[in-house]
Amino acid sequence: MASELPAFLEWAIYGGLVVASGVTFLCAYRVIRGPTTPDRVVALDTIGTNVVAIAVLFALQSDRGLFVDVSLVLAIIGFISTIAVARFVTEGDIIE
Amino acid sequence: MTMNVLQAAVVTALIVVGSFFLAVGTIGLLRLPNVYNRLHATSKAATLGAASIFLAGFVYFDGQGSGLISLVGIVFLFLTAPTGAHMISRSARRMGIDFLPDVYWPRVIEIESEPVDEDAEE
Repeated sequence: MASELPAFLEWAIYGGLVVASGVTFLCAYRVIRGPTTPDRVVALDTIGTNVVAIAVLFALQSDRGLFVDVSLVLAIIGFISTIAVARFVTEGDIIE
Repeated sequence: MTMNVLQAAVVTALIVVGSFFLAVGTIGLLRLPNVYNRLHATSKAATLGAASIFLAGFVYFDGQGSGLISLVGIVFLFLTAPTGAHMISRSARRMGIDFLPDVYWPRVIEIESEPVDEDAEE
């Protein structure tokens, strides 16, 4: 049913996908070159947020509401991994 | 599902705003000088961009079914992004990453029970 969308909306979804993907790619610079470990954690967190946005945009493009659930699960996994890495860096272990 | 023009225009505007804020967050991540400043860029601007795209999903799915899940996603993102940023900045402070040279901690020093040892003020 995506063919019944207006043309400008399809172009906007494509443009949003291109922007979000390029921005996610640019975040890899900070992951690789980041001077300290928290820089890399911040960059990975930003990549997680961008991938959530990409999943929602793909739900709009393919007209399947299933991918909104996918984005929610990705957000949960990104939050848990951020907390785990931030604890591991200082404490040395995650679950004591 | 045919979509009327007003709904499509609202979805388009929300996607444009969301992409803009995602781009702003990533430019801040690449250009700002310090890990604390980079946290400032990403935890606010990128979260706002993702929330705007979630709102676009809410309008697109007519506010029912997956649209309501989009609202849940907004609430979850607004709860978890400050928490994660706080955890990262606190662990960066514990690792001893310094602020910029002209930035100092205010007079109330003890964030936690044990003071961080490189606070040279008191």
